[in-house]
Amino acid sequence: MERKTIVTAENGQQTVEIVREFDLPLELLFKAYEEPELIEQWMNTKVQKLENKQHGSFHFITTDPRGNAFGMNGAIHEFSPNKRIVRTFEMENTPFGIQLEFLNFEALGEETSKLTMSVLYESVTQRDQLLQLPFIQGINMAHNRLQDILINAK
Amino acid sequence: MNLRRDVFQAIADPTRRAILVLVATQSMTAGAIAAKFDTARPTVSKHLSILTECELLAQEQNGREMYYHLNPKKMKEIADFIEPFRKMWDDRFNKLESVMKNYKKQK
Repeated sequence: MERKTIVTAENGQQTVEIVREFDLPLELLFKAYEEPELIEQWMNTKVQKLENKQHGSFHFITTDPRGNAFGMNGAIHEFSPNKRIVRTFEMENTPFGIQLEFLNFEALGEETSKLTMSVLYESVTQRDQLLQLPFIQGINMAHNRLQDILINAK
Repeated sequence: MNLRRDVFQAIADPTRRAILVLVATQSMTAGAIAAKFDTARPTVSKHLSILTECELLAQEQNGREMYYHLNPKKMKEIADFIEPFRKMWDDRFNKLESVMKNYKKQK
C-alpha cells in the first residue's frame, strides 16, 4: 500500500502538522536526518554545516537548475536519536520568517516508522502565505510552460 | 454562482497571476502593484477588482491607503490551494524513502 503524507492546517492557527508513515525501520528514517550525505541526496541540497546536538546549527545550500543558490539555516535545540529533533528553520533572503520545527520519530513495527512534524510560524498570516506558496509557484510554472508551448507554436 | 470556476477563470490571466505572486508575501497598495506593470493603471485596477470579487484578494484599509493581500479564507475553501503544499512534502518524503531503501541494500 502506498503511504501518504497528511497535512493538517487548522483555520486561524499558526501551526501546520505534517504526518508521514514510512516503509523504513525507525533507525533508517532517523539516519536520513542525521547523515549529511543522505540529507544531500533526499533533500537535493549541499550540507555546509550540520551539528547534531543541543546548541548546534545547520546550514544547507540548494542550487536550482538556473544556477541560483538558496540558503537554509537554523539552530538545533534538541537532538535525541531515534526520537526527536527540535530546530529552527529559515530560508535566507526571503520574507518568510523563521519557523520552529518539532520532529517526532516513532517505530510502528520493525520495518515501519512514522514522522510527525509540527511547524510553528510567527503568525497565522505568515503560515497561510507559506502554505499557498507552492500553489502560486505551481500556477506560475504551468503558465511558463504554456508560454513556452505558445512561443514554440509560433 | 460557480465560485470554483470563477476562481480558475480569474487565475487564467497572466497579469492576475503575477499580481497574486506579488502580494503572496506582502500586502501592497493598488499604486505599488500598478507600478510593477507596464499595463495602464485602469487595466491593473480592473484585474484587482476581478481578483477581489472572486475573493482571491482581500482589501484592508490602513490609514488613507487601501492594501491588497491574498485572502487566506479563500485558500481554505478550495482544497486545491493546500494540495500543492502537501504534494511538495509527499514528493520529498518519497525521495527520502527511496534513498534510504537504496542505502539499506548497499549495506
